[in-house]
Amino acid sequence: MSMTLSHVCHTYSQGSAFEHLALNDINLEIREGEFIALVGHTGCGKSTLVQHLNGLLKPTSGTISLDGEDIHGEKTDRRALRQKVGLVFQYPEYQLFEETVEKDISFGPKNLGLDSREIDRRVRQAMEDVHLDYEKYANRSPFDLSGGQMRRVAIAGILAMEPKVLVLDEPTAGLDPRGRDRILTMVKHLHEDRGTTIIMVSHSMDDIATLATRIIVMSEGKVCLDGTPREVFAQREKMDEIGLGIPEAARLCQALRAKGLDLPDDLFTPEELHGAILRLWKEKGGC
Amino acid sequence: MLNNITLGQYYPVDSPVHRLDPRIKIILTLCLIVSVFMIHTLLGYALMLLFVMLISRLSHVPVKVMLRGLKPLRFILILTFLLNLFFTSGETLWSVWIIEITREGLRQAVHYSLRLIFLVLSTSLMTLTTSPIALSDGMELLLSPLKVIHFPAHELAMMMSIALRFIPTLMEETDKIMNAQMARGADFESGNLLNRAKAMIPLLVPLFVSAFRRAGDLAMAMEARCYHGGEHRTRLRVLRIGRNDVIACLIVAALLALIILEGIFVPTLL
Amino acid sequence: MSDDNRILAEDVTYAYEEADKNAVNHLSLEIREGEFVAVLGHNGSGKSTFAKLLNALYLPSSGRVLVYGMDTADDEQLWNIRQKAGMIFQNPDNQIVATVVREDVAFGLENLGVEHDEMVRRIDEALESVHMTKYAEKEPHMLSGGQKQRIAIAGVLAMEPSCLIADEATAMLDPKGRKKVLDTVRRLNKEKGITVVWITHYMEEVTEADRVVVVSDGETAMIGTPREVFSKVEKMRELHLDVPRMTALAQDLREDGLPLRDDILTVEEMAEEVARLLCP
Repeated sequence: MSMTLSHVCHTYSQGSAFEHLALNDINLEIREGEFIALVGHTGCGKSTLVQHLNGLLKPTSGTISLDGEDIHGEKTDRRALRQKVGLVFQYPEYQLFEETVEKDISFGPKNLGLDSREIDRRVRQAMEDVHLDYEKYANRSPFDLSGGQMRRVAIAGILAMEPKVLVLDEPTAGLDPRGRDRILTMVKHLHEDRGTTIIMVSHSMDDIATLATRIIVMSEGKVCLDGTPREVFAQREKMDEIGLGIPEAARLCQALRAKGLDLPDDLFTPEELHGAILRLWKEKGGC
Repeated sequence: MLNNITLGQYYPVDSPVHRLDPRIKIILTLCLIVSVFMIHTLLGYALMLLFVMLISRLSHVPVKVMLRGLKPLRFILILTFLLNLFFTSGETLWSVWIIEITREGLRQAVHYSLRLIFLVLSTSLMTLTTSPIALSDGMELLLSPLKVIHFPAHELAMMMSIALRFIPTLMEETDKIMNAQMARGADFESGNLLNRAKAMIPLLVPLFVSAFRRAGDLAMAMEARCYHGGEHRTRLRVLRIGRNDVIACLIVAALLALIILEGIFVPTLL
Repeated sequence: MSDDNRILAEDVTYAYEEADKNAVNHLSLEIREGEFVAVLGHNGSGKSTFAKLLNALYLPSSGRVLVYGMDTADDEQLWNIRQKAGMIFQNPDNQIVATVVREDVAFGLENLGVEHDEMVRRIDEALESVHMTKYAEKEPHMLSGGQKQRIAIAGVLAMEPSCLIADEATAMLDPKGRKKVLDTVRRLNKEKGITVVWITHYMEEVTEADRVVVVSDGETAMIGTPREVFSKVEKMRELHLDVPRMTALAQDLREDGLPLRDDILTVEEMAEEVARLLCP
């Protein structure tokens, strides 16, 4: 399962006064099992990009292929594509519509034409994946739940389609720390235990520092940095210039090096800093 | 990308006609409608045509755009014409089998069709050159004397203005929800009518839920900003009758006078 | 109106209908003139309910709220209270009424019955102080979330309030918009002396507040300067709230025996402290 984007461009309202080039020659290779964080400012084209991944938007030029097959090819089954690449929109709780949590989660699998036993199995699995107790919540109205719970129901609705690639557009937006941590832990488990390829749009460098295996930075419709967190956060100047910055731990690391401490130059998580500072402390004989 | 929606018929350019006081425009439109009903001769319609072309020129709204307003009415127009043509009794002009066309029939067919056309054009003159918000403003002020009998003029205008404010927001939202459901394999396009209607539920329920939530939020925000109905309220948009408004009144009055005179002195030609 | 220039919540309780628990539970707080008070709490902690009690959108089930000496339960003073204590809300879209920016800023003034010329003056001034003058004639739906929030702030400012209550005003914004809105409010607090009650669940936004009130289960769980509050790392975590990453790192290192200060908030402070210990 791999996706290839080659020379993908997208222009909104082509030919009108509102014409706007949202994606400009995007070339990417997304490999199975990656956890990609997609970052950039509002309007940099990342939301447009994610809607291309499951075929909701069609590139104005260029091609996107899934396992070597053009997703806009004549033979491609659009519904099968949307099953393989699950897309969780921003504020997904606003798409809930059924009377019960169970019915809402089964909407996707039903559209896939699965039989009722399989649907039931998937609903239970999806609810487990988002840490919602089936017995307790299945028959409740989604509209009676808290904001964070509603969002998890909405994500379960996508998980029940059992996608190979899960794309999440700012899944933690507007949530409080507890809600945010729950979603991030859940995504982490899907990646580690289930092997799902994750593409997550995020604004928090600190959150993605500990989660992502790869960071793609977009600016003005283009990919301007692409690499492991270590590689990307080493480019402090570039990240500052785009206005995204780097994680606090990475900034601390550089500040300490500037003060003459003997630290590696590429630490970027609090854990790494913790270890490194502790080591220096012990070397100095502190206790 | 729904940035470029214009609501209703409004043709957003700047012109002396666009700048007229909406109250005046509403009243003058009523006058025009009365004039159209008073026309009895082709000469009258010719006068009216001249007037429409003059306004088109002054308002920078092309005649083509004005005629667009007639499109939805084309079947009614054709029907009006044919019914009058075939089913009016009088002096036979031409007949074949049971179909008979009379002088009166022809006369009425032309007369009623032209009347319909000019009625639509007269109101289009207003809707094309007045933004919906200005229209609701004008209506509020014109209807405000009716507040004495507890007619909710202010409330109606406020509702209108809020609706206008939220139409783009809700359209964007519809787009988003549609995409989100499509990502869950929803299909809005295929199937028979019943299936398609059913497919709308996943779109409509969230849209209504969201509209209600927004309504609740907005009501609270309005209250927090001291909204308490139309009483003791001042307005930022003040309407003032200016020189152009007076000129517009005079032009329409002249038109009305001409049409009345024509009705008296010109023998009915039609 | 009396010359009392504080907002006072005295043993305030509020329960929603059909709720088995008080949303706000015997909460008392004094907000002094010109203060920047941050109210921090997770979702469902009662912080938003508390905000709405401050300008009579809700009335206490028991206890009372005094806004500049006026009791929120006093119907006569309702519009004075809301004029004095203006409020902006979470969703940028759902608080803009008019179809043109300047007309939206005018909305509150129209409701207060302000004369036309005065209205124009105040609108221009309000738009200027949130740096949105050039958007005066724009349609709100063409603006970004952060810009919409600044328009909402202008709408409140034009009413010349003494206090601005922001109920999670940044929760739906991107980092850029969030910073812009917070900076705007901070500036109004400093330059115009407007009292600010800043309701949020983002700890980053409260580090520069004069005081932080941590609310949990409708009660005051902690109160103090940001340094005092965040130094209680364990307590904050218990309340499901974040502490600044540097505060947490310092705490972890302290547990391993490093004698670091317990009130570190920023990267710069942390760097200085660690360097002090470790530099030769």
